[in-house]
Amino acid sequence: MHLHKYEKIWLTFGIVCLVAFLSIVGVNAFAQDHTPAGGMHTIDPEKVRETAPFNEPGVKQLDDDTYQATIIASAFAYDGGQTLQVPAGKEIIFKLTSTDVVHSFTIDNTNVNMMVVPGQVTTKSYTFKEPGKYLIICNEYCGTGHHYMYTEIEVTE
Amino acid sequence: MTKKKQEHEENLKGTLISVFFVGFVIVAMWVAVYLMYLSQ
Amino acid sequence: MLAAADRKLALWNIGVAYTAFLIGTLAGLLQVFIRNDRLELPAWLDYYQILTAHGVLLALIFTTFFIFAFFISGMSKSLGTFGPKVLLWNWIGFVVMLTGTVLATVMIVIGEASVLYTFYAPLMASPWYYVGLALFVVGSWIMGFALVGHYMKWKKANRGELSPLFAFMTVTTIVLWVIACLGVVATVLFQYIPWAFGWVDTINVELSRTLFWYFGHPLVYFWLLPAYMAWYTVVPKILGVPVFSDSLARLAFVLFILFSIPVGFHHQLMEPGISDFWKFLQVVLTFMVIIPSLMTAFSMFANFERAGRKNGGKGLFGWFTKLPWKDLRFTSIFIAMAFFIPGGAGGIINASFQLNEIVHNTLWIVGHFHITVGTPVAMTFMGLTYWLIPYLTGRKFSNTMKKLGFIQIGLWSVGMLLMSTAQHILGLLGAPRRTAYSGYNGHESALEWFDGILTNHVTMAVGGSILFLSAMLLLYIVIMSAFVSPKAVEPDEFVEFPLAESDKRATPKFLENWWLWIGMAFLLIIIAYAIPIAQMIQHAPPGSRGFITW
Ligand code: HEM
Ligand SMILES: [Cu+2]
Ligand SMILES: [Cu+2]
Repeated sequence: MHLHKYEKIWLTFGIVCLVAFLSIVGVNAFAQDHTPAGGMHTIDPEKVRETAPFNEPGVKQLDDDTYQATIIASAFAYDGGQTLQVPAGKEIIFKLTSTDVVHSFTIDNTNVNMMVVPGQVTTKSYTFKEPGKYLIICNEYCGTGHHYMYTEIEVTE
Repeated sequence: MTKKKQEHEENLKGTLISVFFVGFVIVAMWVAVYLMYLSQ
Repeated sequence: MLAAADRKLALWNIGVAYTAFLIGTLAGLLQVFIRNDRLELPAWLDYYQILTAHGVLLALIFTTFFIFAFFISGMSKSLGTFGPKVLLWNWIGFVVMLTGTVLATVMIVIGEASVLYTFYAPLMASPWYYVGLALFVVGSWIMGFALVGHYMKWKKANRGELSPLFAFMTVTTIVLWVIACLGVVATVLFQYIPWAFGWVDTINVELSRTLFWYFGHPLVYFWLLPAYMAWYTVVPKILGVPVFSDSLARLAFVLFILFSIPVGFHHQLMEPGISDFWKFLQVVLTFMVIIPSLMTAFSMFANFERAGRKNGGKGLFGWFTKLPWKDLRFTSIFIAMAFFIPGGAGGIINASFQLNEIVHNTLWIVGHFHITVGTPVAMTFMGLTYWLIPYLTGRKFSNTMKKLGFIQIGLWSVGMLLMSTAQHILGLLGAPRRTAYSGYNGHESALEWFDGILTNHVTMAVGGSILFLSAMLLLYIVIMSAFVSPKAVEPDEFVEFPLAESDKRATPKFLENWWLWIGMAFLLIIIAYAIPIAQMIQHAPPGSRGFITW
């Protein structure tokens, strides 16, 4: 098997780029804690409202710099307690689950893009940089009302 | 032997430049989205 | 010319493929207008029903039937006429596949299966939808095995010889397909069907998603490899050069068997139930599968440069102007390849772990697969269609047809450029995919999606309309070539099957050692999947009952 000299140059360049991409996202994810939404906690999808923390959906302050937002997704709405309101510059831990089909919880103009799967609890930590009213939409098809499934989160100073 | 091979290696300079154009597209698009990721 | 029986088989496959293409592209046209709020559907028709039809008919049915038509013609051409057994099993497979297709399509049309082509549980379609999909896959296996049987007969008759490149690549693609389908067959047979018929009450959702995506990623390589086959074996012939490197072509293909399967988690990066470690491991494996495509890029440009220089092209880029641009068979596939440059680059972004947060389930993804499967693959198939149908029917391909063909690919290119660019940018702005028109109560983020310059739903609709026009023109050419154009009489009126010479003297024999590659593929699959799947089963939450939310 003979490789042309230029092909060697090209493949070397390509592989170096791929390794660089992987290293950049790897360091950013694991060393700087920017892993995507996930989590290994399970829950009975029929008993969501009886199971903590989903028995009390809403925003709760955990300590000075951390808040937890517990939200339930169902066709075709989100239940996050009264109104979703969190401060900018603090770590917000979003915790979601679904009582029926798969949904998403996607906050526009942020990196929060979580799949919400029945039987599982999805977690994502995010710190808002700017205050404002952010649109939240479901971007995973969940039924006829899918395009009406949205809400808003208010980020305060 | 290696010398001889070199001589016979055909001229594929245009190919090299073309694939590097592909490489440029890959890197440019990736970096753009990565910067967007960092900014939001 | 091929034996009449083999041609008939291939033509029937093409017939089904383009029937699906007709309905599928019509659905596409409706979609772009609905998303732009320019069309309201009657009460009995739903956006998501149309979208299910579009995904199933174009991504599964059109592609698979066309791929088999191409395989059948090329295998008969390069290994000889099919024996009676090979023919019989091909027909059986074809009928099973067609039965599954019709069953699934009927379920979509009567509104019992608006679950999209990914049918994520616990959305529960009619059980017959899943039965239809299962039959479709089983039928494709039967056809695949029949073709492998034809190959084995040739191998027996030519002991110790490497098979022709086309046959090698066909077998590679079938091997990939069979291993890939194990996942979807497992979930459909053991999870969805018992659950949808009510034999069991609940389903393990995360497991079903994982088994689906174990299949879902190699599925895209099942579309891509036949296009690559055309790029490797057909294009050089049109250019008048031999295959650039037989051994590298084969190496690229076996790398696809190894690395296109243990990577499905890159579609599940945003979801719970899979730990970051396993997600990232599969991200790394995904990056491995980029390498054979980098090799392919080099081979393609090398073909062009060689051919152009042979035609007298001078200097660094003189060869480029000397390519056979007036040859529809070449230009169509060249454009297809060009679209794959941003298409592939976008794929690297999608697979880059947390970068997926920016694009996951946004219109970017829709833009992405229309410039991977929707153009590089589909337009390569168009480029093949122009000569394959006349070749199979023995009809002429007139100059008028050629001109129409150029208009057709031109329209497709412009339409796709508009539609996919708009979709990519809209996706970066956050507009979701798989979503009917919604103003989100006039939220300003959503309003943005409708009034950029290039980046709005109008551009998408204009692009979609041009695409539809192109699709109809193509169908006209298909019908003409299949039934109407005059039969070729003079020798120079016959259309040929362009298949390049491939010098396999320097090709190492181990490349055709299938057990080696299949064994390594399973090893990688076990490494990537065994532990996370075992965890999903052991630590499964109580399952989900079915929901019909449409
Ligand atoms: C007339 C040409 C076409 C038009 C106008 C068109 C338009 C569209 C649009 C607007 C969507 C996104 C809908 C949404 O997410 O809400 C879509 C989805 C899709 N298209 Fe096309 N398309 C065309 C051709 C093709 C071709 C040729 C293929 C593949 C061979 C294809 C494969 C797909 C797939 C797989 C989806 C995703 C379906 C899903 O999300 O379940 N399309 N198309
Ligand atoms: Cu939804
Ligand atoms: Cu994939």
